[in-house]
Amino acid sequence: MLGYAFRRLLSLGISLWVASAVVFLVVEVAPGDPAAYMLGTGAQPDTVAALRTELGLDRPPLARYLAWTGGMLSGDFGTSYTYRTPVAGMIADRLWVSLPLALYALALSTALAFPAALYAAARRGRAGDLAVMGATQVGVAVPNFWFAMLLVLVFAINLGWFSAGGFPGWTDPAAALKALTLPALALALPQAAILARVMRSALVDILAEDFMRTARAKGLSRRQALWRHGVRNALIPVLTIVGLQFSFLLAGAIIIEQVFFLPGLGRLIFQAISQRDLLVVESVVMLLVFAVILVTFLTDLAYAWVDPRLRRRR
Amino acid sequence: MTRLLAPLAVALLAALPAAAQQTDLTLAIQLEPPGLDPTSNAAGAIDSVLYANVFEGLTRFAADGTIEPALAESWDISEDGTTYTFHLRTGVTFHDGTAMDAEDVRFTLDRARGPDSTNAQKALFENIAEVSVIDPQTVEVRLAQPDGGFLTNMAWGDAVIVAPDSIDAIASAPVGTGPFAFDRWVQGDRIDLVRYSGYWGAAPALETATFRFISDPTAAFAAMMAQDIDVFAGFPAPENLPQFEADPRFRVLTGTTEGETILAMNNHSDPFDDPLVRAAVAHAIDRQAIIDGAMFGLGTPIGTHFAPHNPDYVDLTDLSAHDPDRARTLLAEAGLSEGFTTTLKLPPPSYARRGGEIIAAQLRAVGIEAEIVNLEWAQWLEEVFTGHDFGLTVVSHTEPMDINIYARPDYYFQYDDATFRGLMRDLAATADPAERSVILADAQRRIAEDHVNAFLFQLAFPTVADARIEGLWENQPTQANPLAGVRWTE
Amino acid sequence: MNARIVPGAALAVLVAGAALLSFAWTPGEVTGVDIPARLQPPSAAHLLGTDQFGRDILSMLMVGARTSLAVALVAVGIGMGLGVPLGLAAAARRGSWLDEVIMRGNDLVFAFPSLVIAILITAVAGPGAVNAIIAIGIFNVPVFARLSRGAALPVWQREFILAARVAGKGAPRISAEHVLPNIANLLIVQGTIQFSLGILAEAGLSYVGLGAQPPVPSWGRMLAEAQTLVAIAPHVALMPGLAIVLTVLGLNLLGDGLRDALDPRLRSTR
Repeated sequence: MLGYAFRRLLSLGISLWVASAVVFLVVEVAPGDPAAYMLGTGAQPDTVAALRTELGLDRPPLARYLAWTGGMLSGDFGTSYTYRTPVAGMIADRLWVSLPLALYALALSTALAFPAALYAAARRGRAGDLAVMGATQVGVAVPNFWFAMLLVLVFAINLGWFSAGGFPGWTDPAAALKALTLPALALALPQAAILARVMRSALVDILAEDFMRTARAKGLSRRQALWRHGVRNALIPVLTIVGLQFSFLLAGAIIIEQVFFLPGLGRLIFQAISQRDLLVVESVVMLLVFAVILVTFLTDLAYAWVDPRLRRRR
Repeated sequence: MTRLLAPLAVALLAALPAAAQQTDLTLAIQLEPPGLDPTSNAAGAIDSVLYANVFEGLTRFAADGTIEPALAESWDISEDGTTYTFHLRTGVTFHDGTAMDAEDVRFTLDRARGPDSTNAQKALFENIAEVSVIDPQTVEVRLAQPDGGFLTNMAWGDAVIVAPDSIDAIASAPVGTGPFAFDRWVQGDRIDLVRYSGYWGAAPALETATFRFISDPTAAFAAMMAQDIDVFAGFPAPENLPQFEADPRFRVLTGTTEGETILAMNNHSDPFDDPLVRAAVAHAIDRQAIIDGAMFGLGTPIGTHFAPHNPDYVDLTDLSAHDPDRARTLLAEAGLSEGFTTTLKLPPPSYARRGGEIIAAQLRAVGIEAEIVNLEWAQWLEEVFTGHDFGLTVVSHTEPMDINIYARPDYYFQYDDATFRGLMRDLAATADPAERSVILADAQRRIAEDHVNAFLFQLAFPTVADARIEGLWENQPTQANPLAGVRWTE
Repeated sequence: MNARIVPGAALAVLVAGAALLSFAWTPGEVTGVDIPARLQPPSAAHLLGTDQFGRDILSMLMVGARTSLAVALVAVGIGMGLGVPLGLAAAARRGSWLDEVIMRGNDLVFAFPSLVIAILITAVAGPGAVNAIIAIGIFNVPVFARLSRGAALPVWQREFILAARVAGKGAPRISAEHVLPNIANLLIVQGTIQFSLGILAEAGLSYVGLGAQPPVPSWGRMLAEAQTLVAIAPHVALMPGLAIVLTVLGLNLLGDGLRDALDPRLRSTR
């Protein structure tokens, strides 16, 4: 197990290194000079050159790459060109929006999917099942950002129950949660639909297993049997899907932050791109990539722990 | 935010039994500043928050666009017009408590014009030959050439007086001399300012002011309707203004800006180096359709590169009236009866993106195929402004009195005309207002007749405010939201 | 045939048909601008109303379908064209360094969400439909590589492969002639799913401004432009969203139906 973990850890390190090189190269090649952007249309060439020197942009690319990656290893992501504050601090601030949003969405999608799947599995083939499955079929097809616009139209503009966007900060947790509710709901619905479908088929499979028959034979009702034995066993495929969907959840959060104007990582990256704040772009992309690689790594480890045969080769 | 400040307001009400007025204000603007140093970053959003609130210069723009004394109480100009002696106001302190004196003025001006300067408008200071301190309250500025615009230059947001000790942290913790001190910046959301008790001038009515940043038009509409914000300066969705006008809770101000919005043509490249082609483009454009379609009717048509509210403005829109048949004839005369294909590069603002689509459709109607390329500002600066790699572009020129850009052959649209340069030389050498007016009229006519660019409209500046607030700037002679004179009336 | 294929195929054919028809005919104007006629609600003249420039929304949706379908189709093509050979090669050389490199490379690419790929490509090359295709296509590569490797591994254990080996056929030829046909059904089903995901991804990219550029209509960009108008003309935002939902729904139903029809083993779980 340890040997396997070590091998995977090594390949994770290599992946991150390759990713950092790719990201750095791409962002460096891209047109647009941060200094020219900051100084606008009235600036003179020598002023732009002076600012480039001040920002360290006149150093050779390799030196900047090594400084950036070296700094990241010690948690120092460098200093933002435009804001002149440490990138790590900016990212940390934004994570306080993006991470709660993702977790809120995850919680909501589970809360929606779980009862729906149980209900459908217990009524397999009957009208209730068909209705739930039909609803999830539609849910999977709804683009989350469009759903978000509909939520804004109904709950913010027509009913006025929620604000259409913005984030008041965590000084008032209730207001913060309220501001995240519509975005989380928009993010959660398509996820919940996928989750409910996977969970339902897992439950249906488990219902056919021998131990369930035994449980039924012991006098438990179908629903009781599902609760006592089915749910736990169905969690494994569900966790797999959650792991796989992580990348979609991230991409979705970036777009949803745009719809609701939330100051999260998604807004930060679009803003940084338009301002050519290269270090911020590179660092946020690396963070997103790192998150996905880490989740994949943890999922693999969990599998290996559950199923020893996988330790040798995937 | 209003909710957060509510306990504070209650406390204040309790402390001051007579005063019933609200003393906090939440003002929203579209764009968040990318940093807080107006002397090293061109972003207009910095001035929108800080100009005349946190930072002040020697002179400043008044609400009507005239120049008035600020930190300099008065000045003497030498006979030859090259030496300005500024008499500084007494009792001026920075927000850190230190006194503002002549040394700070010299530091500021030398920093802005020095070889390491990162000032986005370094040209404002280029004419300065020497800055000398006479005594703590007197500064002498010697110019290389006489310049009638020097006092205006000193009023720009890029020329505000900064404290030497604050420079290292100025981008995140600005220290100025204004009526409000910087309190904190919640990035992505807002900047808080508090009244500065040591201010040299009349104390503002507001205790605290919060600037919020909302660029999404839907969110702006909802936040204003819910009264989460008290004022939105530069409301991003003109389509929603009628709803606010109909609502007694609000007041809508439609102010002017210095922003001439133009369809710029690459005068140096084929086929726009042919005046016939440029004239064809100008006649293919239906300004009113663009103003209606992109700005929902908000904006004044212009026929040249000059602000219509300026007394010297000449209405030349007839020179480029919408006339597709004429445009086709002109194209045929230029040997392009089959039309041609070009690029239309658009920066992010909605006047450019929405307007660009309408322009492309209008050009297509006369046989010009304009391929739209949407660009971020950084890319636009590199490709269009610096690289001159474009056929057409839509942009608003927001600098005041900037017709002189047509005298710079290296400026991005590359208009190279000796006659026009001659007019600008005459203008610089002329002091008499009546003569200047004549020269300016000739200059406006010259570029309109030459169809250097297709001149579209003057950007308007819509402000939506709570009806109980008074003292807001209606117009934008420079990008700013001065709050010293803003108060609640009930 | 089953209950899903018919409605699924009907929706897919409807959308594809509308896209094809738009090359020859649309009920209204899509490139011209008619400001006085803007933001009209649905009527007899404009079945789905008009947009902020006075263009006919139904016609815009028909032309927009071309963009959505083309982007998603080519992206699936790229994913299959690169991913399947890689997966088959990895399966053929199971456990070798080649297998390891391909699969680790897969993990690496998979770690870049398609949105991040699109952001990076757009940063270099500017926005456009082609860049959206590349971004979604790259994202599809590891999906097909993993799937085909996983499906090919058990095939390599089968007896007829042994027979082919004895007959002296090389691994590439065996992969092409014997393995591929055996996993084709699976690929078709996954292709349908990726196709519908591609439509959603294209809409998302266009929505944030990284996809097709004007004047090429695109459903995602129509939604982005309608967002500010939601309060005064909701139909402008409703219609493109409904078009996306119906298309994706149709393709998903078709995919599920095909899976049941082509792969009976999976039927019981669905």
